[in-house]
Amino acid sequence: MESWKDNRQVFWILALPGTFWLLCFFLLPLGIIWLMSFGEKTSITDVAITGTLANYLRAFDPVYLQILWKSIWISVLATALCLLVAYPVAFGICFARPVWKPLLLLLVILPFWINLLIRTYALIAVFRTNGFVNAGLAFLYDLVGLSPLIGPFQPLQLLYNDFAVIAGLVYVYMPFMVLPLYATIERLDRSYLEASLDLGASQSRTFLSVTLPLTMPGVVSGIILVFIPCLGSFLTPDLLGGANAVMIGNVIERQFKAANDWPFGAALSFLLMYATFFALAVRSALSGRKSGMEL
Amino acid sequence: MPSFHPRFRPSRRHVLGGGASALVGLTFLPRFALSEEEKKLNFYNWDTYIGETTLADFKEATGIDVKMDLFADNDELFAKLKEGNPGYDVIVPTNDYVERMIKAGMVMPIDHAKIPNMSNIDKKFQDAAFDPGRKYSIPYMWGTLGIGYRKSKSGGGVMDSWKVLLDSDKFSGKLSLLGDAQNVIGCTLKYLGHSFNSTNPAEIKEAEELLIKQKKNVKVFADDNGQDLLASGEVDACMEWNGDIIQVMKEDKDLAYAVPTEGTLLWQDCVCIPKGAPHPENAHLFLNFILDAENGKKIADTIQYATANAAARALMDKDYQENPAIFPPEEVIAKCEPGIYVGEEAIKIRDEAWTRIQAA
Repeated sequence: MESWKDNRQVFWILALPGTFWLLCFFLLPLGIIWLMSFGEKTSITDVAITGTLANYLRAFDPVYLQILWKSIWISVLATALCLLVAYPVAFGICFARPVWKPLLLLLVILPFWINLLIRTYALIAVFRTNGFVNAGLAFLYDLVGLSPLIGPFQPLQLLYNDFAVIAGLVYVYMPFMVLPLYATIERLDRSYLEASLDLGASQSRTFLSVTLPLTMPGVVSGIILVFIPCLGSFLTPDLLGGANAVMIGNVIERQFKAANDWPFGAALSFLLMYATFFALAVRSALSGRKSGMEL
Repeated sequence: MPSFHPRFRPSRRHVLGGGASALVGLTFLPRFALSEEEKKLNFYNWDTYIGETTLADFKEATGIDVKMDLFADNDELFAKLKEGNPGYDVIVPTNDYVERMIKAGMVMPIDHAKIPNMSNIDKKFQDAAFDPGRKYSIPYMWGTLGIGYRKSKSGGGVMDSWKVLLDSDKFSGKLSLLGDAQNVIGCTLKYLGHSFNSTNPAEIKEAEELLIKQKKNVKVFADDNGQDLLASGEVDACMEWNGDIIQVMKEDKDLAYAVPTEGTLLWQDCVCIPKGAPHPENAHLFLNFILDAENGKKIADTIQYATANAAARALMDKDYQENPAIFPPEEVIAKCEPGIYVGEEAIKIRDEAWTRIQAA
């Protein structure tokens, strides 16, 4: 492979537009918000950067930590569920006949073509008291004739609670988990699995000792791709969560709108970012120490 | 094997060609008109808050093309304009946000000489405490915040007290409140006998504790779709704006609206011209147009809120003029309070109380 130093001019001409975009529209706004987190409001619309840590200190108030803890919990649950569902799906796609693979992948990616907001609204129509799930169950209930035995059908409370939020998050972030897993499982050398089975290991033993460790990089990528957006999500808890499912994303959104306290919102956002960086650093430290299975 | 390192040495022709295409690319950027005001107007409005044909009628009358963008709540409007006007000529904030914007210097004075139709405005709204002399705003619509409920599930009687929403198990699990701190805490303060706009931390704490206690009965904090939840049977009682409930009452006779006896919020939406508007002349023409009696009537017909335009109201049919949900009787209005801009400190106290209520 050629080193970029051999063709500096070509390299910079190709890299310049992308670098310019990254700097102007990503790093610069991020830097402005970071500076704002050290500022305070001087009037209704102005913010002065005073280097104060008051915003960060306020973010350590128990009520915000409690919300952050709940957000982490919901994100962990959603990520775990996503992994549990996505792994068999990715496995199935990889071991399907080559004729079916592109179609199955398309089915996984298809929801992306529809806006996140509309997909979440669709879930409301599915989960609400007169929604598709409850209507379907009511129909089956009457069909089987359970009414005289146990009384009239009580619709399930599937909306406006934590269940709906987690279901919404899993539904929305499923493709983010399936695709990295698919990429890693696809590159799996089948001869390892055959060797393990030949040597007498059972299917489950093979899976735990051979398949899972070999596909760990995909699992970790999927977890990162799902956990981080889940932590910062505010749309799903807002629409599906009801009275009790406020997450840190909702608090941050309110600071920039209703509360008109941009420095505090900036401080909360960056706390979230520091926590994410910390988690990523821990992850790379751990993977650095273990002998990685390079594929 | 010798490796190939191409040197990038562009010819003059290539440089000229590349430079010319880059300049052509620049012409795709947005341009600013430097000549006299073009026939355009940028209108930033609430959703479904203008007559069906108003914008088309305006174009026919003046030849000015109106582009209408939508916002969902006052906070979105304020946040969008806070860092500078992105190019809007006419905006529609609520009265307390008009006050806030005046204090922040975000709106420009209206030239009354250019708006002769201001005489059509109802006497009560010709002046306002939040905008003395109506220097910066003209009134558009007004209304109340109250209780929408399903008659068959409410056990008879009129639900005219905040108690059913804020302090009782009556609609347990089937009620919704609004989703923002100012309005919900304000109504709770009214229920407890204090002012809607109280800045007393002790009173706000009292409201916070009552709401935390009541939270187990609340199904959802529905910002703007409380009336949809009521209509679909998801909730049996909700805290909602009168116009929203009237719209669903038309389709479902089982629904009703009541203004609580403890008093409630009396809001007023106004039309303003933000500072830095690119077409202020066209904006004045538009303001004058919607104050016209016939145009005002068409707007009120569509959106069914109480119009502040006396001349338009006179043209409306009896159903509208005598609907107590749209025009509450005088003794009810006497107990209602307009929202005022309580100041950044008080807003912060209420937001923190709201965060605690949400997290509880």
